[in-house]
Amino acid sequence: MEQIIQQLINGISLGSIYALIALGYTMVYGIINLINFAHGDIYMVGAYVGYALTTFFGLGFLPSLLLAMLTCSILGIIIEKVAYKPIRNSTRISALITAISVSLFLQYTMMYFVSPQTRTFPNVLKGSRITFLNGNVMLDTKNIYILAITVLLMVGLQYIVHKTKIGKSMRAASLDREAAQLMGVDVDKTISFTFAIGSALAGAAGVLVGVYYNTINPLMGTVPGLKAFVAAVLGGIGIIPGAMFGGFFLGMVETMVSAYGGSIIKDAVAFGILILVLLVKPNGLLGKTIKEKV
Amino acid sequence: MKKTAFMVLSLILSLSLFVGCTSNQSSSKGDSDTIRVGLNYELSGQVATYGQGLTEGIEMAFEEINENGGILGKQVEIVKIDNKSEDTEAANVSTRLATRENVVVLLGPATSGNTKAAIPAAMQNKIPLVSASATADDITVDKDGNVREYVFKTCFSDSFQGVMMAEFAHGDLSAKTAAVLMDNTSDYAKGLSEAFKKTFTELGGSILTEEAYQAKDTDFRAVLTNIKGTNPDVLFVPGYYEEVGLIVRQARELGLDVPILGADGYESPKLTEIAGKEALNNVYYSNHYSSMDDAEEVVEFNKKFKEKYGKDPDGFNALGYDLAYFVKDAIERAGEADPEKIKDAMAATKDFKGVTGTISIDEKHNPIKSITIIEMKDGVPTFLKKLDPK
Repeated sequence: MEQIIQQLINGISLGSIYALIALGYTMVYGIINLINFAHGDIYMVGAYVGYALTTFFGLGFLPSLLLAMLTCSILGIIIEKVAYKPIRNSTRISALITAISVSLFLQYTMMYFVSPQTRTFPNVLKGSRITFLNGNVMLDTKNIYILAITVLLMVGLQYIVHKTKIGKSMRAASLDREAAQLMGVDVDKTISFTFAIGSALAGAAGVLVGVYYNTINPLMGTVPGLKAFVAAVLGGIGIIPGAMFGGFFLGMVETMVSAYGGSIIKDAVAFGILILVLLVKPNGLLGKTIKEKV
Repeated sequence: MKKTAFMVLSLILSLSLFVGCTSNQSSSKGDSDTIRVGLNYELSGQVATYGQGLTEGIEMAFEEINENGGILGKQVEIVKIDNKSEDTEAANVSTRLATRENVVVLLGPATSGNTKAAIPAAMQNKIPLVSASATADDITVDKDGNVREYVFKTCFSDSFQGVMMAEFAHGDLSAKTAAVLMDNTSDYAKGLSEAFKKTFTELGGSILTEEAYQAKDTDFRAVLTNIKGTNPDVLFVPGYYEEVGLIVRQARELGLDVPILGADGYESPKLTEIAGKEALNNVYYSNHYSSMDDAEEVVEFNKKFKEKYGKDPDGFNALGYDLAYFVKDAIERAGEADPEKIKDAMAATKDFKGVTGTISIDEKHNPIKSITIIEMKDGVPTFLKKLDPK
């Protein structure tokens, strides 16, 4: 019994990390239908910015988090202007290939500057252990922080997209870019803003994961980026609560497969479920109820 | 135009054949007044620190040997070539040393992969090749189980570490049950855990559970919770320091406080950084050497090394130093610097005393030597004991 509760906690804490990265992924896709493979690498850059600020400048957790988010949003805007804007009207395959190129470019540029070795994050967020059920179940307060921040960011995103003016223009651009432009929406500005927010979310995730696992390296974005993409697709790509749901679902599946002796095949099972979901519900688990993207 | 190119090409080809023949003849004579030793090491590239560490040890040893009159009255001449940490380059360097540089013995490369690439040239040209750090099981033996006549190793094999850690767990820690958590993407981890499981069950212990992870994973809480549920006496995690650091930390966070055992993949200052000092207690691993060993020859080596290079020696320095003296020992027993006789002398090595342990070469050209057990105390690696093979 204690073991099952512990595994549930493990699953939720792993899932909240996937969900955190998936939020930015799904948001960019929702607005401009671009699978931004560089998202995982912006997350990596965010982690390095957080590392530099806490290690070399001695900043605390919150200022580093905010500064990393800011740096990443600027990086996101630059990437959009330089790499994605010129090919906005080309085929989807060229957009996809460009996204992969940007991803590799970020990885290896970073590797050139910071060397491929793993670095350890300073312990800026003091976590403490909470134990219950006779000390058999453990919960780290860092898990609660990550979960709270993920939920907070999701609610914030929903607010921006559905209640603000810029959110309205985002939704308009996602429905029909040309029509929106004819109606006076500044599409360029809207897309830049989307990238800024999406990248800021990635930056926040980078710092949080850096603090949580305390190791970072230039290739750290690849696998979580892929998993977050899966989470976003599972929940229905383009739907913000879907990304959240998909993240938790994936984290829970991986943990439960490991818990029942399948640690060797956990990824195979997770991706197998993805294929099944896509066969039955091609728009993702939450994809049918909400027709309008974002 | 085409014709000229063809002519040039054929000229080069025939010349290279010719070069191959002549150097083979001269190397078999071996009557010069120096003994040439070929070093094929990773001096740049990905694993440059391994190659550089070994080379430092080797060069220091040969300098000492030359100062003391050389081997059989002849001075040793080192021919050192960088293989850039690449296997194709390691093969090229090996061929060049064996065919054009008239060396009587080939040392290196450092990693198992590069050593495998360097072996064909040594076998074809019948020059003994010795590696001091290639720990894979299939270096000295080919895939059909035949011993490679000209290939030797002065470090123990991966599987041997698994055997010794099982004996350590059973004997010194009196463990009856164990859990295994291994990286299923690495041959190193697989070889170690197979050997550990086999020996531990033979000794009467039982393996409660076997879990796996993949290199680059960061979250191990699910498998660790499982392992904690089975309540083993020890946990065996053969892996590299990056994942092991996280595993140790997360295990302690989940309240899994049993001894954690591993092998030479743990050896890195990064392990302490990643796992944190508090978590690194009750962690034991096997290694080739410890600078904290208080045996006489180790203390002596540490002193001399520090005088020369101004730093404490690491495992690679010590392995390189032993390798050079191992070669000296073999050439002296061979009576002359002839590759064929050196090979026979190496195969007959018995109780050669080095700083990384006493070495005897077995029928598979692997050394029988003692292993060093390191215990982590608050994140500091401390020498625990030397364990001799049974």
